[in-house]
Amino acid sequence: MDIIGKTVSRKDAWEKVTGQAVYTGDKSESGMLYAEKVISPYGHALIKNMDLSKAKKIKGVKAIITGGNLPLTGEEIQDRYPIACEKVRYHGEVVALVVADTPKCARQAADLIRVVYEPLPVVNTPGQAFDPNAPLVHEQLEQYKKKSTVYPEPGTNIANRSKIRKGDITKGWEKSDVVIEKRFSFNPSDHVAMETRCALGRIEADGKVLITSSSQAPFMIKRLISEYFGIENGNVIVNTPLVGGGYGGKASIQLELLAYIASKAVGGRLVRVQNTREEDILTSPCHIGLEATIKLGCSQEGLLQAAEILYLWDGGAYSDKATSLSRAGAVDCTGPYHIDNVWCDSLCMYTNHPYASPYRGYAHSEVLFAFERTMDGLADKLRLDPLEFRHKNAIRPGDTTPTQVLLNKSNVGNLPECIDRLKTLMEWEKGQKIDLGHHKMKVKGISCVWKTSTIDTNAGSGVILTFNPDGSVNLLSGVVEIGTGTKTVLAQIVSEKLKMKFENVHVQIKVNTQNTPEHWKTVASRGTFMAGRAALQAVDDAIGQLKHLASCVLRAPVEDFEIGRERVYLRDDPSIGLSYKDLAYGYTYPNGNAIGGQIIGRGHYILRHLTYLNPETGAGKPGPEWTVGAQGVEVEFDTREYTYKITKAFSVIDAGKVLNPKMAEGQIMGAMSMGLAFGGRETFYFDDLGRVLNPQLRTYRPLRYGENPEYICEFVETPQIDAPYGSRGVGEHGLLGMPAALGNSLSLAAGVSLNQLPLLPELIWRKKEAANRGDSL
Amino acid sequence: MSEKKSKKVTIDMNINGEKVETDILAADLLLDVIRNNLGLTGAKPGCLNGDCGACTVIINQKPMKSCLTLAIEVGDKEITTIEGLLHSPVQKAFVDEFAFQCGYCTPGFILNSHALLMNDPNPNKEKITEWLSSNICRCTGYKEIENAIQAVMTKTHNKNDSD
Repeated sequence: MDIIGKTVSRKDAWEKVTGQAVYTGDKSESGMLYAEKVISPYGHALIKNMDLSKAKKIKGVKAIITGGNLPLTGEEIQDRYPIACEKVRYHGEVVALVVADTPKCARQAADLIRVVYEPLPVVNTPGQAFDPNAPLVHEQLEQYKKKSTVYPEPGTNIANRSKIRKGDITKGWEKSDVVIEKRFSFNPSDHVAMETRCALGRIEADGKVLITSSSQAPFMIKRLISEYFGIENGNVIVNTPLVGGGYGGKASIQLELLAYIASKAVGGRLVRVQNTREEDILTSPCHIGLEATIKLGCSQEGLLQAAEILYLWDGGAYSDKATSLSRAGAVDCTGPYHIDNVWCDSLCMYTNHPYASPYRGYAHSEVLFAFERTMDGLADKLRLDPLEFRHKNAIRPGDTTPTQVLLNKSNVGNLPECIDRLKTLMEWEKGQKIDLGHHKMKVKGISCVWKTSTIDTNAGSGVILTFNPDGSVNLLSGVVEIGTGTKTVLAQIVSEKLKMKFENVHVQIKVNTQNTPEHWKTVASRGTFMAGRAALQAVDDAIGQLKHLASCVLRAPVEDFEIGRERVYLRDDPSIGLSYKDLAYGYTYPNGNAIGGQIIGRGHYILRHLTYLNPETGAGKPGPEWTVGAQGVEVEFDTREYTYKITKAFSVIDAGKVLNPKMAEGQIMGAMSMGLAFGGRETFYFDDLGRVLNPQLRTYRPLRYGENPEYICEFVETPQIDAPYGSRGVGEHGLLGMPAALGNSLSLAAGVSLNQLPLLPELIWRKKEAANRGDSL
Repeated sequence: MSEKKSKKVTIDMNINGEKVETDILAADLLLDVIRNNLGLTGAKPGCLNGDCGACTVIINQKPMKSCLTLAIEVGDKEITTIEGLLHSPVQKAFVDEFAFQCGYCTPGFILNSHALLMNDPNPNKEKITEWLSSNICRCTGYKEIENAIQAVMTKTHNKNDSD
């Protein structure tokens, strides 16, 4: 292959290093208005009174919008007003919007709005929400409009219950000689994309609604604005330029609704709504929290027999994507192991916390933290080496998943191979715990990972290829460039298949829902698979047209033609042929006659055979394939201070086929970095009123330069037969095992079970102190 | 409450080697002025709190956070924004080493790295970390950025050797 598997520069490289790259918030237009938010300072409260009089007097204020007269919104359950009405349910919830000439003026007016609240009892953890006596976050749960595939339980705080019933759990326990049960918990946290969310809205005289948004889901914005506000689908047009980081956080639709509402309030004028960093953390959806109870049983030989699992997700105040996250957590509720008997209840709980959006890994890193920590506990009980224990139970072709999908060599990667490679890379035989003297020790921790996608069963992707007069091609796809470089990979796929120079494949980076074919959402590590398949079909379509035209001009059967070096030629005599350039805009004969026209290739793709899950057993096919991997960390731990430094982080991922090595490695390293920060330091701190105490980047601390470990990434390549060139999704997978591997290494180092996140020295100290006092953990 | 009338003042700026004149309020942030008045949107408002470094520009050879700088302070100083760099070794290295993904923090990182190498063509590891830890990148694992800086240093070194 000429270009697949090679490191080629990204198509968006030069605009990004020169400052020419345009993001949503960089756009400005004369006459543009600005919206500023008033947000709730409480986690749960009644809005008793709102005094707008002072704000209205500020010069330049065009409109002030408060709750009421707005439709309920939400992707699966419609439970959220875009602007709160009568009641606020989380700290940061929007209660009013001020539209004015300048951001300063809007802010000044917003600060003058006096709101009187009456605080209500707060539901501050999912466990608390699960208590039958807990205050209800949504009293009207029964009345909300919902999709048929979500199962809320009115009268409780349960927004969704997803069940897995595989095999016979009673038999599983009977076969189990060794049993372990553990509990885990961590608070919600944040994505912290460097670009805060931003949306622009305008309504034209003919009713067309134009939205520009920093979004991973422009086509979903189109769909939902149409649905929520009763606008004809084709009259909603969404633009998405480059997006400054998403990680799932920009897959939820929120500010776009405010941009539309604000524009409507000022006669359709262009209005910009941009989050400050604090609003981006508080107001916009966050990374979900979890409380988990995991009970595992295995035979004396160390073969897993039974898993009984309860997940209580901290979905926050509104369900939006959290219900779907709780479903994804059920789909892969165990680690990547063969277990015949699985019982799981995965519950999306309403709390008075910021609500959740997808987060890189879509519930998987969270589940794996709990599950893989339990695996280490069980290995310890069995006195088995944790790597060997995992190898013994590793999921393989012929096994079934918790939702009872039968695996084969194509739809699951080679986990045993990943484990073997990890073992070598980590020099496992040298020991998991090495004393370095001076109160320091080196410890190693591991985690296995897997993930499939759980997107809509009919989610589609399309690609259009239009030719230029010089024979080069333009690639149009609805995949959003959020940083992952997917459009560069698509260009590689087109270049390879069309046998065209990579430089001659021009990529349209921006997405416009009116002229770009839909890619459902840029999520779930599905861009390359789905848009890649669409691209291959589009190339086939274009090749067919090129050959057909050549066959007319050269008077030879279509079947006799081949393509190569940007030419269509006769198989038995390559000297007879026509270049793409001669055919790209139709063929013109010497006398001026012309036939054909611009070559336009089209392709589309929908994942096949996906099903809804059985509501009672969970049985069904959620995604096309499982990427698997084995990961580890090496940590230097100070036994006196309980501080530590992560020196190395390892990933062996079965990528199916690596299409662009440096970019694939970048995806893995970046995800590992994010996973280590999630595991090691990132969390929301809540007070008793449900307020987030650290909504700034100096109190909420992602990794900085120099705090990163050395990364060691390797790939195994077991092709997924249906995917372009055998590639599997890799965008999220580097993150998945990091919190668990870190937890496993530090638990070993400290000699106490660390079952909360983030793994701060203070937590380790508290656990140690408790253990020394003899408290139960 | 009485509305105070804020008066605009005209300042001269020396930016990317050009002299420009612009009207500002005394309270205007440099970041807002270069983005909104001058249309140089490479500097980004990542936090407006000095935490993330996405707004970094070079002022008199030193990287500064333009969200913590008032425009009125910089009148006689030389400012370089990302738009003022073209085909610099650091930019080339960022492309070659894939030292960016979403690109939002990239102008800040490039300007910080550029200023570092301008002040010290051969910084040690500690110094690089000290300088670059003022910026946040959420996409890469930072290794790529480290590689990019190393690549520039190696190139400069080799060039000096052959001179």
